[in-house]
Amino acid sequence: MPLYPHRHLLALEGLEPPYIAELLDLAESYALLNRGGKTQRDVLRGLTLINLFFEDSTRTRTSFELAGKRLGADVINMSVSTSSVNKGETLLDTASTLNAMKTDLLVVRHAQSGAPALLSQKVEAAVINAGDGTHEHPTQALLDALTIRRRKGTLENLTVAICGDVLHSRVARSNIHLLLAMNCRVRVVGPPTLIPAEVEALGVEVFHDMRAGIKDADVVMMLRLQKERMQGGLVPSAREFFRFYGLDAAKLKLAKPDAIVMHPGPMNRGVEIDSAVADDPTRSVIGEQVEMGVAVRMAVLDILSKSTRRNS
Amino acid sequence: MRDLLITNARLLDPASGLDTMGGLLVRGGLIADQGPILAGPEGAEVVDAGGHVLAPGLIDLRATLGEPGHEHRETIESAAEAAAAGGITTLCALPDSEPALDDPAPLQFILRRGEMTGSLSILPYGAATRGCAGKEMTEFGLLREAGAIAFTDGTHAIADARTMRLALSYARAFGTFIVQHPEEPSLARNASATEGEMATRMGLPSAPAAAEAMMVARDIALARLTRGHVHFAHVSTGAALDLIRAAKAEGLRVTCDTAPPYFDLNETAIGDFRTYAKLSPPLRREEDRLAVIEALRDGTIDAVASDHQPRDADDKRVPFAQAEAGGAGLATLLGVTLARYHGGDLTLLRALELLTAAPAKLLGLEAGRLAPGAPADLVLFSPDRGWKVEAGKLPGKAQNSPFDGRALEGKVIGTWKAGRRVFG
Repeated sequence: MPLYPHRHLLALEGLEPPYIAELLDLAESYALLNRGGKTQRDVLRGLTLINLFFEDSTRTRTSFELAGKRLGADVINMSVSTSSVNKGETLLDTASTLNAMKTDLLVVRHAQSGAPALLSQKVEAAVINAGDGTHEHPTQALLDALTIRRRKGTLENLTVAICGDVLHSRVARSNIHLLLAMNCRVRVVGPPTLIPAEVEALGVEVFHDMRAGIKDADVVMMLRLQKERMQGGLVPSAREFFRFYGLDAAKLKLAKPDAIVMHPGPMNRGVEIDSAVADDPTRSVIGEQVEMGVAVRMAVLDILSKSTRRNS
Repeated sequence: MRDLLITNARLLDPASGLDTMGGLLVRGGLIADQGPILAGPEGAEVVDAGGHVLAPGLIDLRATLGEPGHEHRETIESAAEAAAAGGITTLCALPDSEPALDDPAPLQFILRRGEMTGSLSILPYGAATRGCAGKEMTEFGLLREAGAIAFTDGTHAIADARTMRLALSYARAFGTFIVQHPEEPSLARNASATEGEMATRMGLPSAPAAAEAMMVARDIALARLTRGHVHFAHVSTGAALDLIRAAKAEGLRVTCDTAPPYFDLNETAIGDFRTYAKLSPPLRREEDRLAVIEALRDGTIDAVASDHQPRDADDKRVPFAQAEAGGAGLATLLGVTLARYHGGDLTLLRALELLTAAPAKLLGLEAGRLAPGAPADLVLFSPDRGWKVEAGKLPGKAQNSPFDGRALEGKVIGTWKAGRRVFG
């Protein structure tokens, strides 16, 4: 039985497959317990979990809050608006405040790549990256992988098409690392202006024609296109984007007949995904992703609290 | 002031190609004589160099000083301390301070502050445009009279082609040149790394390396048009160096320098979001580092400058994209340049030439050589003595070295400014 060796969960890049499997297996057992209405209130009893969000995110914060509470932790939410950061309190000032509060588990969301890694050097708590800039979003990729595994029975040899604004997506990066580690074939699909430079070097195949990109895919994973990307001139308009890179029923027909459709939320209906596809219960697993999110975060909190205890 | 006789030295003078054991006599702050002298005049102070290398004090073609405007990062006094420990006796200061050196008064202030250190000549660049904002040209003639060594907007590219054209033309009237930070700003906006696999993995905003070659290509065309002299600072890519090599072969008045990070480090140094390795221009890929070394060898690159930029902890202990770019470089200039000698890429004379005679020639200085009559600005160093760069323990206030943790061979033993010992 592998034992997760790190103090923090900052990124999936470089995380060895046995530890990914360990996290997914534990998450799966939490998913079953959650469905059975059973709670495990003693796992994190006496531990303090702080949700430190420098960027608004209702769903990720709520998911971590629920995960922590189901395991019996004392959960505190701290929303630090960017304006108060601009008033002079630095990330490291925040770190010393948290140390003084004796935090055990620290969930961090930040608009800057590498911010959780910087915090992890200064805080005594185990740090969980809940999304940093355009770098990584490890728990999102874990919940995506768990959802896929439950639907497909395995991750091995699946073809996953990640579509849309890959350039700005931390979800895409974490998914690429995890899925490749678990032997999936990964394609990224989008206009050249939204595909990161040299992304092929990570081991993915790049498609600018969405029809070719999702052909025979087992999983079609859509990404959120943020409105400011259009203001930045990376794509000319929402309607053009939807026409060529939005997922609708006609394009989805090219994927495998049993292909599942995923989205990390929140969705821009009519921009990257058509409502008819998003709400199709036979194809869309978007609701299940949210459910698995809580289970995955329970597993991450559980495993990190144990690794902290082992190492202390 | 007593005469000074330094004996038992390996005299290295890149300007003349001299490499011989001997001594050097200093009188009245100037070099009086050098060669196999054994005895000095009566009453002279005698220093035994122990067989180590005695060379002209280094001339740093490009450094940012914290003063005026950012004294919390570094004062001129602390910069002078770091320079002396690094063997630097002349330093050219960038003008994009606060206030910018776009008027004779602040420029003369910097000159005087340099004189007050007693250990370092500070030669200020004049701002090429008012406030280094890239729009209106400054008074090149008046600034030149006040002591401006040349003109530049420092860490800002002169982006507007017409402004650059006018500056290159007008500078000819005063026999001076324009130093460009070669980076197309519209491509480099908000970037904190070089575009490519590394930046993609780290999720960092990045600019293509071509942003450098584009600006170099434009300014070479403007140099051809105006017959002006353009000097490109901290050139870091093979593509830009190819253009400069061709422009030189064509006979255009084009010169350039690079800085130690660009031949000693590549972009992998920013891994784990190491903000001390966040520089401007950003560190490049390995092929570009090798191209810079080749250009040091073949003479395409005229000089090596420290590109010193003092930063304090608050500038660097923030997420990578928010961190200020720039590295402290005074104390490591010699050691990192000598690494190319130890690596077999450069002769010892060529390595020193890049730091002494070459910048002196570019700027028309008397310093930078061991000839009688030249100022007795000297550095005594052991090319082989090892030391380790440790941020936090470097001389001076600025500790933001991109070389933190690197082992170097080549240690300064003593530094003299106008015949007065200022270090060691």
